[in-house]
This record gives sequence, structure tokens and C-alpha cells, in this order.
Amino acid sequence: MKKTILALSISALFATSAMAQQKVYSTKTGQISFDATGSCAEAIKAVNNQVDSKLVDKTGQMVVSVLIKSFKFANALMEDHFNENYMESTKFPKADFKGFITNVATVNFAKDGSYPVTAKGKLTIDGREKEMTFNGTAIIEKGKLTIKSNFNVPLNDFIRGSYIGTQISAEAKASLNCKYE
Amino acid sequence: MVFKQKLFTLLILVVATAKIATAQDVDLFKSQDEQDKKDKLNSTDYITATFKTTRMVNGQSIENVGEGIMDVKVSHRFGTISQGAYGLWGLDAATMRIGLDYGITNRLMVGVGRTNGGLFDGFAKYRLLRQSTGKVNMPVSVSLAGGTIWRTQKDPSLNHYSDRFNFSGQVLIARKFNDFLSLQAVPTIIHYNSVANSTLSNDYYSVGIGGRLRLTKRVNLTAEYYPQFTKREGSTNSFSVGFDIETGGHVFQFHFTNSTGMDDRSFIEETTDKWNSAKGVHFGFNIARVFKIVEPKAVKM
Repeated sequence: MKKTILALSISALFATSAMAQQKVYSTKTGQISFDATGSCAEAIKAVNNQVDSKLVDKTGQMVVSVLIKSFKFANALMEDHFNENYMESTKFPKADFKGFITNVATVNFAKDGSYPVTAKGKLTIDGREKEMTFNGTAIIEKGKLTIKSNFNVPLNDFIRGSYIGTQISAEAKASLNCKYE
Repeated sequence: MVFKQKLFTLLILVVATAKIATAQDVDLFKSQDEQDKKDKLNSTDYITATFKTTRMVNGQSIENVGEGIMDVKVSHRFGTISQGAYGLWGLDAATMRIGLDYGITNRLMVGVGRTNGGLFDGFAKYRLLRQSTGKVNMPVSVSLAGGTIWRTQKDPSLNHYSDRFNFSGQVLIARKFNDFLSLQAVPTIIHYNSVANSTLSNDYYSVGIGGRLRLTKRVNLTAEYYPQFTKREGSTNSFSVGFDIETGGHVFQFHFTNSTGMDDRSFIEETTDKWNSAKGVHFGFNIARVFKIVEPKAVKM
């Protein structure tokens, strides 16, 4: 009887401690900025400070979701054209990434440090999706997670419109910076 | 006894581990899809780009210039196309207006302009309501516009300096039906400080009707008609039809119209030509070019 109780309590302890190990990191104030300037005299740059992202540490499952209309440009007319003529924001209000950090096992979320990570998954922009791989860095500082990544988006795979490849660069240079809670 | 205990312990541990493995698997993909659906219901999507620029053809459109942005407007109205090849279909006789529009905030814009012949015009336009879907459902956009027209040309028939002024007041109501069709209605009042005799009214009412049909991503077909309810004697109603062509920073508007005036008073109340013949139709164009003057505070690159 005593041993039964001991066995049960050990497994219960095992169960609760295992539950505590899986954590969902999330943020609603992540930042994505991009520069798609081609031969255009004016810079084509925008920043979105309301990136919604979640990450499960155990499985490495990751989602990044952005509202297209939250991308802010210095030039309001450029922002209008971005939404109206290229991104079709009314039809496709969000762009997202759904994938996994393939080497999440190499990240020690409890130990401060900088860990190179690779994320693989589906990027969806303007209703079109593409399997892509992204390289970045997971930074653990005082138990908090930050993910940074610089990546290129081949625009012709996602959007349609004039000047892509000329005034607008065919590959937009983007960077992600998310501080998770 | 010992074996039974060990088996029992192992069984507990297996059950416990199995429970952990299945109970806590969060599926972010599913929860994100559910979140997106909820967000769509909870957010308000404000309609943008009802028309391509701040003028329909001659009159105001519901659009405002963005904050900190200057819109340079150059407009020409030519002679009648009945002048044929010799007069290059009216190009020999041109009326010209140059204007500057500026966005003080995203809701308030002002503009000034001068037409050849010493005619100045100034206006302010304020966005009252914006068409939106989602949490806040607003079927139309509504703006208010008010303007002053000032004639500086020497005119011995005028008694007081204030006779040189006209005022306009408009309520613009517009709706973007879909990506292709936008329509607007503009109840208008034009006030004359001075009229020819005491039997004539100083105030004239009209309702402008305008619209655009999108032909390609950058080309619209536009039309504008201003029927007067209180007709000013000797005038005809202004009707214009044309194309808007948009490039990166320019909007080119080419049209045919029976009006040669480019300010509210002149084209609504002082048009005398008729559309029934080539003798009444003029070719004209507007070119609008936007320049960023002040960088908006919200954007930090």
C-alpha cells in the first residue's frame, strides 16, 4: 500500500513537472521591416510593429502572423499603392508563416545565450504560399526569448503588379525581431 | 511480491508518461487560424483609394491628400474640338490652372490655385466619416469642403471689393462598391456676393454626381455631372467624362468636358457650352504629382 502510494505520487510528480516543461512563447508586438527598393529614386521601406508570433519550445512549432495594413511607410501614397495595387489587403488582410524550428533541440531555453536556429515552413503572402527555410538567431537573456532573422522574400512568387524587378526589387530584404513573453 | 510491485510501478509510470505526451500538445497552426477568424470579426477595415486622386474631373472627390504631403496640380482646358486640325482641336486656346494641395492631417487638407485671368481659389476639405467594414460598419465616406473664389481682374462694373468673392460649400458622400466601381454625390451651394440685379438669387444649389469604373489596375474611366437645381441664368450643366491614369507618383486625368472653368464656381455655375455638338466640347487634362514634405511621426525606420 505504501509502495503504491509512493509509485503514484512519483508518477504524478513526473506528470506535473513534464507539463511545466512545455512553454508557449508569444508576442503581439514583434517587428518586421523590409526594403524592396529597386531602381526607384524613393526608398521602398516599411515597418510593422504589431507582429503576432507564437513558439512552442518543446516541438519548435512556430507561427508568425502580420496584418498587411499595419505596415507603415514614410510616404502615405506608397502605402496606399502597396495595399491597393500589390498586396490586395482587403482580400488578404494577413500574411503568415507556419512552420517548425527544425533544430529547436539545440536551444537551451533555460540558459542565457545566442543559438543559431533554422525555421522551415509555409510562408503565405497575398493568398499564395511557398515552402521556405529561414535562418536566424534565438537569444535567451534572463529567461526571455528573442528571435532575430534576416531573410529575403522573392516577390514574384507571391504578388503581382507593375515595376517588380525594376523600380521594385524582385527580392525584398526583410528582417524579423520578436521579443517573446 | 517484488516483481508485482515493480510491474505496478512501471505501469503507473507508463500511464503517466502517456498522459503527458497526449495532453499538452498545443497546435499553434489551428489556434492561429481560429485567432485570424476572430480578428477579422473584431477589427475594422477602413476603405482606402475610393478614387485615384482628390479631384473627380473638375470637382472635389472624397479623397484627401495624406498628412505632410503636397500635391501639385496643373490643369488645362482647351478650346472646343470643333476647331479641327487647324486649331489642333482646341489646343490653341487654353485656360490653365496651377494649384497646390496640402495635407495638414490625414483628415484635413487645404489647397490654393490660380487660373489664368486673375482667378484665385482656395479650399479646405475635411474627412468626417470613413467607409469601413468589420467591427464598425460605415457604408459611406463623408467629407465637408468649403472654398473661396476671388476674382482679381480689373472690372469697372463692380461696386465693392467684396463683389469679387464667391463661396462654395459641399458635402461629399461617396461609396466604394467594390474594386471596380465607386460613386459619389455632392450636394453643393455656390454663393455669389454680388449678382447682376436684385431679382437674381445669390445662392445656387446643385448636386454633383461622379463615379469611376476601374478598367485596369492603373486606369479608371471617370465621369462627373453637376445638374443645378437652381439654375443660374445663361448657364448649362457641367458634364465631363475621361480617364485617370496612375503611375508611381503621378495621376494623369484626360477628359472631355463642356466646362472651361476649373474652380467650383466657374465650372458649376458659369458653363455655357452644350454637349450636343463639337462646338461645345473641350478637351482637357489634369496632372497631379505628390511630394512628401513632412515625414509622418508614426514611422520610425
